[in-house]
Amino acid sequence: MSSLSVLFSPATDYAVKVEDLSITYRTTFERKPTLRSALKRFGRGERAIKEVQAIKNVSFDVRNGTSMGIIGANGAGKSTLMRAMAGILPPTTGSIEVWGRASTLLALGVGFNNALSGRENIILGGLASGLSRKEVEARADLIADWTELGDFIDMPMRTYSSGMSARVGFSVAVHMEPDILMIDEALSTGDAHFREKANAKMAELRDSARAMFLVSHGLGSIKEMCNEAMWLDKGTLMMRGEPEEVVEAYMEFLKVKRSATTTEDI
Amino acid sequence: MVVKDMTAVRRERGGDFNPVYHQYGPHRAGLPPLVNYFKELWHRREFAVEMSRATLRGANMNTFFGQAWLVINPLLLAGIYYLLVTIIRQKHDPSFFTHLTCSLFAFTLVQTAVTSGAKSVTASGKLVLNTAFPRLLMPLSAVRTAFFRFLPTIPVYLVLHIITGQPWSPKMLLSLYFLAMMVVFSMGLAAVFATLQVYFRDTTSFLPYFVRLWMYLSPVLWAPEMLNTMGRAVRVVVQINPMYSMLGGYTDLLQESRLPPTYMWVAAAAWAVGFAVIGFLFFMSREREFAVRLV
Repeated sequence: MSSLSVLFSPATDYAVKVEDLSITYRTTFERKPTLRSALKRFGRGERAIKEVQAIKNVSFDVRNGTSMGIIGANGAGKSTLMRAMAGILPPTTGSIEVWGRASTLLALGVGFNNALSGRENIILGGLASGLSRKEVEARADLIADWTELGDFIDMPMRTYSSGMSARVGFSVAVHMEPDILMIDEALSTGDAHFREKANAKMAELRDSARAMFLVSHGLGSIKEMCNEAMWLDKGTLMMRGEPEEVVEAYMEFLKVKRSATTTEDI
Repeated sequence: MVVKDMTAVRRERGGDFNPVYHQYGPHRAGLPPLVNYFKELWHRREFAVEMSRATLRGANMNTFFGQAWLVINPLLLAGIYYLLVTIIRQKHDPSFFTHLTCSLFAFTLVQTAVTSGAKSVTASGKLVLNTAFPRLLMPLSAVRTAFFRFLPTIPVYLVLHIITGQPWSPKMLLSLYFLAMMVVFSMGLAAVFATLQVYFRDTTSFLPYFVRLWMYLSPVLWAPEMLNTMGRAVRVVVQINPMYSMLGGYTDLLQESRLPPTYMWVAAAAWAVGFAVIGFLFFMSREREFAVRLV
């Protein structure tokens, strides 16, 4: 969308290149902003807008074949960074270059429209991410089967549990034949069987896709799945390097003793 | 690996708008690069179509009673208004009932497009958060839905047209021009209200009052010929109303097979195109914020 598309991409070894990226946005701290409350506040001379500096002057590049883990506390800018690389949130300053088609599985939102069935959501998700109808139809059954939801796949998504809708979202994301796969905390709601299946699929994609990004609070899975890691804190890039070292430094920073509870789980 | 390379090559050579290389930079003047935006929009039109279809399915539009309701509802409304007008004027006039249905059906098209367009962005919150695509597809999809809900009312109107003995002529086909203008106009308006709804979630609560007032100012309950009987101030307001030329021209042609005056043709196009351009640009300039405003 907000991209400068060039048909013949410059030959390069990079998958993603981020230069001096800053993202600032204004948002409201009201849960449901209304004209009514805006007028009331206006009468009192207040404003409910806050400016969020989500990313501050971050630069990095990712070469082909990298699976990059991104760690950091809540609100460190991990999800914002992923959204920016996926083209959902354009930069305020700086630039992002992406070689290849990105497939995203971000935040916890995987269901698209709750009134529609899982299958309809799969088709809509595919079309929204730019596949043609033919391509989507060719894949829809495969994606639906992969979720192992049985008859539920044709029921409205509002009848799904969070784990079931997570399956749909994950299945859509990994079956888009992405060049670059971005996954954000997607597996936290799946059951053990699905998690295993998802991990296997991610490992497979890690080999075929050009690059993979994984945001997770499960430091164990970062170390397991990734060959590079990045640590963000309050929008700045604190460290980048081998997953072991980055996780180590992050844990040091948190003054959390490495224990079974923090490393074990995704 | 080989298979993957092949698809990459096909994608590159195919020249479709699924670029292999993206560069994301700051938006100049708040607007994304327009040419690319509309290329992407066109490329993903299937998404808007499918979303609209799914919405129609969800609303039971594929069943007989679902479709029947689309006809019964505006017919009942027309009946109520007709009763009202007959009591006030103390005069029974079947051809006026035809005028009422003709214009009410068309006005309902614009009304549905605007009200469902207003909800389109906030209702698909998670899709906005997770996928990069031209957001304009969402209000446009709502307009398509409204248009498909309007279609079954056309045969109903034609039946009334026959019953009340209105004239037939090839000129009636020209009413499609005004219909098209109304669709383009509602696209722009849907984009504006979809944006407002993101910032003020009570927009859709105010909208019915606005629409009601707007209908009274449009030639639905009264015919354009009655303009002369109105006061000067009202007449000015009514003629500024975009629906005056669009709806007036539409009913003139469809119901009475009479060519509307030139200014109606020009005004209808000007309102439609003007609102579409302004509405789209407004929407696109705010679009970047949607992803952070919907959380």
